[in-house]
Amino acid sequence: MEASTFDQVLAKFKYPLSKPSRSWWLLMGAMLVLVAFGLVALIQQIVHGHIVTGMRDHVVWGVFIVNFIFFLGIGYSGAILAGIFHLTRLKWTKPIHRIVELFALAGLCVGPIFIFLCIGRLDRIFYIFTYARIQSPITWDVMAIMTNLIFIGTYLYIAHIRDFAKLRDTDVVELPGWKKKLYAKLALGYEGRPRQVEHLNRAQNILAATIIPTAILADSLLAWLFGMSLRPGWHSTLFAPEFILVAIFSGVALLIVMMWIYRRQYQLKDLFTDQHFYYLGYALLLLSIGFAYFTFSEYITEWYNVSETHGRWLDKFVDFGEFGIMSLLTIFLAIVVPLIVLIVPRFRTPASITLVSVLVLIGLWLKRYLIIVPTLETPYVPIQDMRMEYLHYQATWVEWALTLAGLALGVIIIMLLNTLAPVVPVADMEHDDEIVVPKPFYETIK
Amino acid sequence: MDKEQASPRREFIKLTVVATCGTALCKCNKPAGSMESASEESTIKLLAPDGSLVEVARSQITPLPDDQLITGMAAREGIPGKRFVMVIDLAKCNNARACITACQKMHYQPEDKEWLQVKLMKDSEQGAPYWFPKTCFHCDDPPCVKVCPVDATFKRDDGLVLIDNDRCIGCKFCMAACPYSTRVFNWDEPDLPEEIAMCTSSPETSVPSQVGTVDKCDFCPDMVRQGKLPDCVTACPNGVFYFGDEVEDTVTNGVETVQLSQLLEDRSGYRYLEELGTKPRVYYLPPTDRMFPYERSLEDLSEERKAMYKDII
Ligand code: SF4
Repeated sequence: MEASTFDQVLAKFKYPLSKPSRSWWLLMGAMLVLVAFGLVALIQQIVHGHIVTGMRDHVVWGVFIVNFIFFLGIGYSGAILAGIFHLTRLKWTKPIHRIVELFALAGLCVGPIFIFLCIGRLDRIFYIFTYARIQSPITWDVMAIMTNLIFIGTYLYIAHIRDFAKLRDTDVVELPGWKKKLYAKLALGYEGRPRQVEHLNRAQNILAATIIPTAILADSLLAWLFGMSLRPGWHSTLFAPEFILVAIFSGVALLIVMMWIYRRQYQLKDLFTDQHFYYLGYALLLLSIGFAYFTFSEYITEWYNVSETHGRWLDKFVDFGEFGIMSLLTIFLAIVVPLIVLIVPRFRTPASITLVSVLVLIGLWLKRYLIIVPTLETPYVPIQDMRMEYLHYQATWVEWALTLAGLALGVIIIMLLNTLAPVVPVADMEHDDEIVVPKPFYETIK
Repeated sequence: MDKEQASPRREFIKLTVVATCGTALCKCNKPAGSMESASEESTIKLLAPDGSLVEVARSQITPLPDDQLITGMAAREGIPGKRFVMVIDLAKCNNARACITACQKMHYQPEDKEWLQVKLMKDSEQGAPYWFPKTCFHCDDPPCVKVCPVDATFKRDDGLVLIDNDRCIGCKFCMAACPYSTRVFNWDEPDLPEEIAMCTSSPETSVPSQVGTVDKCDFCPDMVRQGKLPDCVTACPNGVFYFGDEVEDTVTNGVETVQLSQLLEDRSGYRYLEELGTKPRVYYLPPTDRMFPYERSLEDLSEERKAMYKDII
């Protein structure tokens, strides 16, 4: 492809690279309002204690831990996908590398916030380091999250260097002086000399090969946080693989959604082609089948011969007064809808695949809720309590406000990164001259 | 604290003295101010540790020093040579709930916070319901201790699992990990008398409760150090709780003292949910030859309270 083509691509990102557009500011403002609202809720929680949440002695963790798993899942799957995309050298994935890296970082930054929200004494949080006990899965998780943040942060930076160099040299987009200087610093003197290219490639290969196993391990640790407790529904050897599958499932869904948003925002139809949606749609289909398999395997083995406590737990999934509706909804959103829409060719369009992805994301959030709350509501010793809120968990406005704030924070992180580098790794694609942007040959399939 | 360990006997006498004088020995060792005001040259009869009565001049009595309280590292070590156990006789429980009230009073807990609970249980469809008092089991392989990230909850040599409320960060992981739902969280600022809220926290007294941290039944090691039984044991009108030492192979409910191994043999003692492998230090005696029909304990309960047991009755 001609170099000028890439300049044209770069030019599409004039806003927010040169300066944020009005719509950028509007969205940013909205997100900041949500974060502020979350801060109000947080102050309530700090001043009055956790009594302002719906958590009580049995359901000691609620929506916060659901978000924790959800966002970390997004982060880890972003890391896994980034590693896989880079190492397999799948040409068609080149334009979407950056998106994956973006949500990997955002997920890993937002996720841990929610574990802090579960902590009753934030004033003592540094005890986690000063009195760290290696036996505790929480300590493992702290280490895993920090390791991943460092690796992903470094990988992200390395993957940006070529773009920084390009932005330093380009006059396609007008950049303010301070930004030019910033890029000059960030590019570390990269000029595309053969030795530099070789070093950069090697570094990226090594990091890509490292972040896949570290992310898989970290997500497994997250699963073991629960799997190692002697509780029905948690104490399962399947937990870690299931967590990883569910995480990648949510990552691919988010990738599709972001692709769709960026494609509309920057008119990137020839970079994020329809074909991209179909390919990722197939991946989504496979993951949905895998998810169905895990779900079926989990319930059938529990149901066929069931112990007393497990029986009480399992009954809640078919009881419409308990979690029946939610579990049906999860199966519908994350299994039935994807299967129907993605298998029948007539239903398969970029828009429908995106819609399915949104539904999958909701379904997978609900799945995490079903992992946490029913188990905590089913202790071995029956709960005999007169206080309703001790029998059934019901999230309060504080928890919802903070959930939205977390989501908004993720969006803010991504938006800020968007002002720093283009959504498509332009320089990377330019550098790799064999790069082929997939032609929209889907018409021939139809 | 070192002093305390050096001469436990002397401290013991002092403790007995203070306790017999009728000064409420606060769990947290609040300054025994009322003692000093009564410093005339009169004498007072006191109970010595060996059970004999002695007469002491009032001026001879010294109030408890503040460092009497076992805190910090000392509280993590346990009482040497002891392995505490409890035996709960299900045949005698009629849901009198005196144990719960006593425990709440001792630890300054409100009515709705039960470190000790009495559940109505039924093992099978045809089986008869029975009342099931449940303390902390002080497991020998405690899932809660394993998961604590900051060593706030720990296992001592004398078998007790205690919580350092000054250390606990309130992550609630131990609560999720405990298969017996033993632990209670302080969701908001506990409503405590000021002098209690101010006093030094100790894992042995579990007082004062602190917002954002976890509490639970501690087997009252502070009482044991004074040579007394935990309050639930003495409060129970039916003698359900037997507390004692595995090393000495003796347990007592305050009325009778029996051999632990013999009791477990005669009454087929068992541990609740043995299959979980947590090795509880609390044994149950099956509800055979019951002293009370369980229904009688239901009669006086409000409809609201009865509704709690709807799955059982
Ligand atoms: S809540 Fe406190 S005692 Fe329990 S695991 Fe966390 S820090 Fe340890």
